[in-house]
Amino acid sequence: MDILVCVRRVPDTSENEIKLNAEGNDIERDELVYSVNEPDNYAVEEALQIRDRVGGTVTVVTVGGEEDEEVLRRELAMGANQAALISDDAFSASDGRGIATILKSFVQKGHYDLILTGVQADDGASQIGGMLAAMLDYPFASLVNSITVEGGKLRISREVEGGNREINEIELPCVLSIQTGINEPRYVGMRGIRQVASVPIPTLRTTDIGVDHSAVGERAAKVKRIDYFVPTLGNAAEMLKGSREENAERVLELIGAKGGLK
Amino acid sequence: MIGPSLFSETHGWLIMSHSLFLTIHIVGIACFAYIVAKRLVPLFRAQQDFRFDRPLTRTGKVFKFWLGQWKHPRYKFAGILHILVFAGFILLVARAFSTLIVGINQSFVMPGLSGPVGHLYDTVTDYAATIVFLCMVVAAVRRLVFKPVRYAVPAKYGNDHTADAVFLLGLIALLMVADSLFSASTNTSNSLQGRPVESLALLSLPWMLQLLIGSPSLTTLAALTFTAYLVHEIAFYFLLCYRPFGIQFHVETSLFSIYFAKLERGTLKPVRWGISDEHLDRVKSFGVKKFEDFTWKHMLDFYSCADCGRCADNCPANAAGRSLAPRFLTIKARDYAFRHYPVFGKANNSKPLVGEIYSEDEIWSCTTCGACEEECPLLVEYIDKIVDLRRGMIDDGNVPQSLQKPLKALESRGNPYGKLEKKRAEWTKTPEFRQGCDVKTLDGKKVADTLYFVDSITSYDDRMQSIGRSTTRILSHIGEDFGILGAAEKDSGHEVRRFGEEMLFQSLRDHNTDAVKASRVTRIVTADPHAYNALKHDYKDLPPVEHISQVVARAVKAGKIEFKRVEDEAKVFTYHDPCYLGRHNQVYDDPRTVVDAIPGLKRVEMKRSRDRSFCCGGGGLMLFYEPTEEQRMGVLRVRMAAEAGANVIVTACPFCMVNIEDAIKVAGLEGKMSVLDLTELVDQHIARKSCAEIQKTQIEETATCGG
Repeated sequence: MDILVCVRRVPDTSENEIKLNAEGNDIERDELVYSVNEPDNYAVEEALQIRDRVGGTVTVVTVGGEEDEEVLRRELAMGANQAALISDDAFSASDGRGIATILKSFVQKGHYDLILTGVQADDGASQIGGMLAAMLDYPFASLVNSITVEGGKLRISREVEGGNREINEIELPCVLSIQTGINEPRYVGMRGIRQVASVPIPTLRTTDIGVDHSAVGERAAKVKRIDYFVPTLGNAAEMLKGSREENAERVLELIGAKGGLK
Repeated sequence: MIGPSLFSETHGWLIMSHSLFLTIHIVGIACFAYIVAKRLVPLFRAQQDFRFDRPLTRTGKVFKFWLGQWKHPRYKFAGILHILVFAGFILLVARAFSTLIVGINQSFVMPGLSGPVGHLYDTVTDYAATIVFLCMVVAAVRRLVFKPVRYAVPAKYGNDHTADAVFLLGLIALLMVADSLFSASTNTSNSLQGRPVESLALLSLPWMLQLLIGSPSLTTLAALTFTAYLVHEIAFYFLLCYRPFGIQFHVETSLFSIYFAKLERGTLKPVRWGISDEHLDRVKSFGVKKFEDFTWKHMLDFYSCADCGRCADNCPANAAGRSLAPRFLTIKARDYAFRHYPVFGKANNSKPLVGEIYSEDEIWSCTTCGACEEECPLLVEYIDKIVDLRRGMIDDGNVPQSLQKPLKALESRGNPYGKLEKKRAEWTKTPEFRQGCDVKTLDGKKVADTLYFVDSITSYDDRMQSIGRSTTRILSHIGEDFGILGAAEKDSGHEVRRFGEEMLFQSLRDHNTDAVKASRVTRIVTADPHAYNALKHDYKDLPPVEHISQVVARAVKAGKIEFKRVEDEAKVFTYHDPCYLGRHNQVYDDPRTVVDAIPGLKRVEMKRSRDRSFCCGGGGLMLFYEPTEEQRMGVLRVRMAAEAGANVIVTACPFCMVNIEDAIKVAGLEGKMSVLDLTELVDQHIARKSCAEIQKTQIEETATCGG
């Protein structure tokens, strides 16, 4: 099975202090460290596991700039067969639909049985997977937390409200958005990245994938960010001061009051 | 020696027995040689290990740990028993060989053992055989009746080993009885035939057996002599050939294990011996994945383990009910080696060890505290093996999710918490602290003699920052010219390396090495034993490194620090030895000197202290790993402190502080037990008469310093 995984490079929320920039319309990006968007990493791991079970290839792709190559390199180190960077000045400031359009053109240049995305990017809107599927006229399922290959179909489980699971059958080719927790992504260290340092990663421009200029980029974008907020710190946590037993009782009471106990 | 005429010439059939004995000799020796050759096969397929240097030091180790049985008395009863048996065996070697030769050449006398020397040797060995025999009886009773807990085999590790142990004890006892009976009957035979005889040692086993034999006919005696000899010979060769199948193989291998033992404490083996860091990219696979990835010395360790259980008995992971017991790490590998390289037939295909004989949790459960290695009488190495197994898992990407985040953060931010580099020196910037001590950041413009290497936990953890502040106040107080690296410092990588992430460690090490060199300091001080061990053993070409306890002890001895009296008389202190300060670096006395220098301080010693200290739960990345366990190591440790009658635990490591502080809460001892870092204790008790002169510290600050 040939699998495509769409990944994205995002500021790592656990290793950055997110602050607004002076204009107040974006975050301060100078000292940020980036990593691959976490759910995307789960998607790559899932693709690798499927490939190892049933054979095939795994390709990772991202739309972005030169600096985004590092996440592709990391996914190659994890075991992906190939990677492609789609990068062109014409793509900058694309909205979700623009990105989906770019990816659609890329998909149509190749042959993929299964396309995976992460459920959501840390700074995203959880929209690419669904739009991409619609543009390709492929079936789509979101929040997937298990995949079994059964002939030309997949048996998937989806996480729904309250931790319930729904089992679906879905025909190939299809697009799935992958929920974290579907697997345990393998570790990639410096050594792994160094070993794939010389693997070529092609950079694809508009002409390479044959995308219509007018459908992407800032001018085509119909969704624009106009402002940005970071949450203000709430009041400090309430410290319980009592004996262990009293505290335990009080905690039970508080959780119960918020409907946390059934 | 044995009498000149072994068997009565009147019984011609006994002459025939010489060829029988010779046949058994040949078969026995051939079998043993074949088995040993088979056992050596994996060692030749193993990884390299450079153990051929420093022959004098190694010989010294042999004298101390092999011939001198240095570690044995750490367990008094079993230790003394072993020393007696070992001494007996050593003494009996010449006797055993001459007895074997006498079977084919009855007039043989071991060169140098004739005349009075021979008589003395006979007397000594009569007693030696007796003592060995008695030791076997005592040991068997111990195993069968008293059943010391450390010999028990939990169900998950397979069947009980008692039967095998008792069988071996029985075989040795039989060998001693046969040997003594042979002496006794030969002696009687000689005396009955009017040949010159030397009396057997009074009250020895041969002496008693001679009494028992009395004066039978020469025919009976000859048959008895023949039987005793045959039993002795068969038992001897059976034991010889049986030993390579189990724990008794150490009789043959221990000498080599100890000669080739690791010489440097606190260090780790390289990824591959003989391959420099720059060439590591050429190595296809890191660490130990399959059996042949172990070095030959580590395989030899598996053969040498005597299953005495001392390692597991001291292992904090085992005590906390984690899925690790060093004893079984070895026993499982040995059994696997025996299955994998059978005595008859070809070696089977090698499978990955993790998953086959080890579980992932088992390998991550080790805190590398070194208690097992400290205890092992045969100097079996564990930490290098654990680290090599981890290197293999890391290389396969097989790392628990809880460790992936801190590893990634260490890669991008240089600390496991993912905090910003520029905030590494924030702890020096609290207003009331700055009034007392303005800490220099050695950025090239500012210089100092001494670098205080802070490391991640002390830099970023709110609670541990207090250790950093106390350390700097102490260094200021004793007039040191020092500074820190600030944002240029990264994690020392001590646990990164011990968790098997060698490449990440090397990048941290290279970064810090450059930063230290750029600062042009002439010495380094740290208050974190993990950083201390890393800088001292894992880094190269750095200025000399000291732990703060060594600096303070010297200042105390030089009279540079005066202490105030302990105010609260109800406080009873105990000192907890951090593994990487104590066991791995032998700094036991300096922290105690410092604690004891405080007037009025009552200090008690925990039962497990100094080189038997009990790990608090581990440092560095271990704080991020959640092993399956019944209880926390720290809780066990806190209870030990309570048992010793202490209510304040003093330690000298920020990780011990984290673990013990948590453990006090978990154990429900809040308010009854507290923990302090050595630097905090010192800082609280420094009599700051001179503090004002040095720092012109304000009164409030002195009050804060004085706690």
